[in-house]
Amino acid sequence: MIKLIGIAIIVVGFILKLDTIAVVVGAGIITGFVSGLSFNEIMDILGKAFVNNRLMSIFIISLPVIGILERYGLRERAAYLIGKLKSATFGRLTALYLIIRTLAAMFSLRIGGHVQFIRPLILPMAQGAAEARYRELEEKDKEAIKGLTAAVENYGNFYGQNFFVASGGVLLVVGVLKELKYNVDALSVAKASLPVAILAMLVGTIQFLYFDKKFDRKYGNKITRNQTSYKA
Amino acid sequence: MLKDILTEYLYVLCGLVAFYAAFKTLKDKQHPSRIPTALFWTILGIIFAFSRVGMLWGNKNIFIKDVYVGYMVLIMAVLSALKLVKFNKFNESTLDFKKKASERIGNKIFIPALALAIIAFVVAQIWNKQLGTLVPLGIATVAAGILALMYTGGSTLEMAEDGRRLLEVVGPVNILPQLLAALGSVFTAAGVGKVIASGISNVIPQGNILLGVIAYCVGMALFTMIMGNAFAAFSVITAGIGVPFVLSQGANPAIASILALTAGYCGTLLTPMAANFNIVPTAILEMKDKKYGVIKYQAPVAVVMLILHIVLMYYWAF
Repeated sequence: MIKLIGIAIIVVGFILKLDTIAVVVGAGIITGFVSGLSFNEIMDILGKAFVNNRLMSIFIISLPVIGILERYGLRERAAYLIGKLKSATFGRLTALYLIIRTLAAMFSLRIGGHVQFIRPLILPMAQGAAEARYRELEEKDKEAIKGLTAAVENYGNFYGQNFFVASGGVLLVVGVLKELKYNVDALSVAKASLPVAILAMLVGTIQFLYFDKKFDRKYGNKITRNQTSYKA
Repeated sequence: MLKDILTEYLYVLCGLVAFYAAFKTLKDKQHPSRIPTALFWTILGIIFAFSRVGMLWGNKNIFIKDVYVGYMVLIMAVLSALKLVKFNKFNESTLDFKKKASERIGNKIFIPALALAIIAFVVAQIWNKQLGTLVPLGIATVAAGILALMYTGGSTLEMAEDGRRLLEVVGPVNILPQLLAALGSVFTAAGVGKVIASGISNVIPQGNILLGVIAYCVGMALFTMIMGNAFAAFSVITAGIGVPFVLSQGANPAIASILALTAGYCGTLLTPMAANFNIVPTAILEMKDKKYGVIKYQAPVAVVMLILHIVLMYYWAF
């Protein structure tokens, strides 16, 4: 049971809102100690895992490209284009991206990414659509738009990816089951992920359209309201 | 082999962005935390570019020992914990400049952004065996970078400045996903997963299918939240809970197991431990709530999806 101390440290650290990096490293070192590892052994595991997982930070190479496009107005252009579409709302746009992103993941198309897509394109479009419709938003709702556009990337990425036969998830399932003496073929595992992919698109879409309703109720639709007020 | 060598060059490119951040920080005499910040980015650059330096010419035996990398990571963690990694000001374009530029360039500005995705996809399709999926991303990035310079008329110096701006805005959180993966390795080495699986299996009565299904799905979600990674949770929970309480009761193994894996993804949506999905984006999108900014919007969807997983597994896998 003492081995679970690392988890306890993480939970307490997050609740007390301590510095995340300090909590994580502390939990690792203490878990290593109670399991009888020496400090150098812990540093060895830490270093090895850090190097082997460099690919998690591979997005760093695309930062200069995204950065210079931002300097020359990529986000402004994206917002401008979407603002011209009168039927575009925050929720519809995000739901559309969810469906495209999920389908792309299902066929292993690597479209997406918080750095490559959400920050330079989807978020400014979502903000552009919301501003065209409601003019000024409260701070809290601006944060909601950011949080939800970050979330849509995760929904599409997660629940779609296992429909691809050679995806990491499918290979893992086949491999683990084989070790446990259950033989399954990759194709039937991939096919079994379809209902979840469809449900995720549905549930996500409901969430995004709910926020459309919520914003409409809160701010009213400024475009139509202005037109009617001219008539009156 | 070629794939591994080229991948190493990609990490060198990542390292260069970090080195440039260190260089500009050192040159900035007004920087509020000049030396510690420069040290942080220099170490990150060294780990990225040189930890497996021999691979650049295909020699696996020349590298920085893992234990030294571990100590370097520890220094970065301490610098970050003491809040010594900061950013000052960047050479940024004004809002007015951006507006004018976007009117001048028009929709052509989207070409480099989309080229990034399209080239990566096409190259990965054609040379998948030789290059994997990572190297095509690198090739696409270089190509998109050249296109970006062509269409915007910007300079390479501006590009370097913009790269380090985005890196520094995200800040120390950049290393969090890798740190959490390392924590997962320590947990695995310590046998944490086995303790949890045996704990859950002690409270579930044998022979009740519904309780077994709930334990398998919720166990996957919970353990994923702890590990920050459903893949790491899957083998442990499937062996400890999935087999005795679900698969051995006659569930279709293909259906039940893939549902268990995506039930784990519901946990991924809920945990700050999955930093690359839930924490790094709060920095990339410059949100106020750096811990739960994304998670709080994902929570309702994650819970609904988890319930749907239980329903699906109970009715469809049996």
